[in-house]
Amino acid sequence: MKIAVCVKQIPEGSRRIDPESKRLDRSGEGALNPFDAHAVEEALRLKDAGGEGEIVLVSMGPAKAQDALRKALAMGADRAVLVSDDGAAGADLVATSSVLAKALERESAELVLFGQQAGDSDGAVLPAAVADRLRLPVVSQAAEVTQADGKLTVKRQTEFGYDVIEAPLPAVIAVSDAINEPRYPSLKGIMGAKSKPQETLSLADLGLDALESRTEVYALNDPPARGDSRKIDDDGNAAQAIVDFLAEKRLV
Amino acid sequence: MSTLVFLEHHGNELLKSSLGVLSKAASLGDDHLAGVVAGANVRALAEEAGKFGAAKVYVAEAAQLEAPLPQPRVDVLAQLVRDGGFDTVLFANSVLAADVAAGLAARLGAGLNWDLVDIVRDDGKLVGKRPALQDSVYVDVGWTSEPRIALFRPGSFDPSATGGSAKLEDLQVALENFSTTARMVDQAHEESEGPSIEDADVIVAGGRGLGGPENFTLVEDLAKALGGAVGATRAVVDAGWYPYSTQVGQTGKTVSPKLYIACGISGAIQHKVGMQSSGVIVAINKDPNAPIFEFSDLGVVGDVHEVVPELTALVKARKGS
Repeated sequence: MKIAVCVKQIPEGSRRIDPESKRLDRSGEGALNPFDAHAVEEALRLKDAGGEGEIVLVSMGPAKAQDALRKALAMGADRAVLVSDDGAAGADLVATSSVLAKALERESAELVLFGQQAGDSDGAVLPAAVADRLRLPVVSQAAEVTQADGKLTVKRQTEFGYDVIEAPLPAVIAVSDAINEPRYPSLKGIMGAKSKPQETLSLADLGLDALESRTEVYALNDPPARGDSRKIDDDGNAAQAIVDFLAEKRLV
Repeated sequence: MSTLVFLEHHGNELLKSSLGVLSKAASLGDDHLAGVVAGANVRALAEEAGKFGAAKVYVAEAAQLEAPLPQPRVDVLAQLVRDGGFDTVLFANSVLAADVAAGLAARLGAGLNWDLVDIVRDDGKLVGKRPALQDSVYVDVGWTSEPRIALFRPGSFDPSATGGSAKLEDLQVALENFSTTARMVDQAHEESEGPSIEDADVIVAGGRGLGGPENFTLVEDLAKALGGAVGATRAVVDAGWYPYSTQVGQTGKTVSPKLYIACGISGAIQHKVGMQSSGVIVAINKDPNAPIFEFSDLGVVGDVHEVVPELTALVKARKGS
């Protein structure tokens, strides 16, 4: 089975928003979005279970995102495609999903995997947007994925418990971070990754013009301040103190 | 401005978070505010929504809409936005709603802002308030075109019943072929007593400091006394003490109840991002240096095994009086 895994490079360590562009500062060191490592791991497991196949990483980001892709290649993915273009900087959901859908169409994988969310924007919306553009079934929050007879069986976690959903291939699946424990790349994997194909595409290569985002950022503000904070030691009356506090706030 | 609110239901009830968004939309004073309910046998739910400010509620009923799957709902909403001329579509976040909103944004080429905690009208323009980077910065966000789509963090708004009644309108549902290829084959729902964690005004959450899974009864008893729901940290969910559906934090739920009581929770950033927008935070922890105290309204340095049962007894006594 050919599996495409959509991955993202996110800024390493503490993150900041550039007050000028009002965009996330992506100038520093980058890391593989930790949620995406679960998607890569699941692709490797499905490939192992099926006995054969190819795992291609598909990403959009600055040129140096190839570093993060190399980490996923070291885990065992076969090759990587990065869409990198100045015209794609600051792309929102609508713009990003159109780019990824184009890049994925080019691959025609039987299965497209995503991590559950981006660790920088905390968005969990890309998989369903891409699936709609590809006109493929989507299941998000997958805690278990099995494949048999051209069909996937997915255990989905929701607010209310577990659902079991069947979807025919090709399909788009966003895996939850509870699905597996991503492997650490072996030394052999790290060395081998250096010779795996890493392609970089422009928007024009995908037949896309400049992107148009439909959302914008007006201002950055400090979070609302919390009121006075009180801290007390339990002298045997702490429970009463809590009740008094809750009564004062009209919460009991 | 004309706004459509996606009204999600579970079992025979509309989610409180959806009704909260509806009430918020009503408070913005739209010319035309409608809700949409999609499912099987959902007319009664649609009527209920009229009490929360919807002048009109669209009812989409079809066998393919019975299971809580996103893609047929995208078809329904896309058709409704096109035909009804809605310029704004609002959702309370959930696993289902996020997929519906995202699919709709792609289908309509519309802007989607997510994880909003508020929305205001500023000089005629809609501005969303979005906490970002572990809630360390609040970003004012907007849309450059219509329709505008927004997902709100659950608990951002209280539903307020105004006692109105909605005009119901049945929709003829036309579904895309690819939208109905995913199929629900089983649903194993954890039926718990009391409100769900998304809907609760009060959440009592437990962490490692409880000492073991058996001590979650302390948390459950307090939640029950307060009419609230139980939450858990990632550490205890990973340890198998409590189900994932109760996990609060970056890889679980993001909640903002009126009251959050953290029992034996250190307050790691993973957890903090899921609950720091709660109205009032009370923390009980025996470690005086626990980070949770830095963002609690009331911190108690003490033993959860002593303080929590006593607190439960006091709350019960107070409610009984």
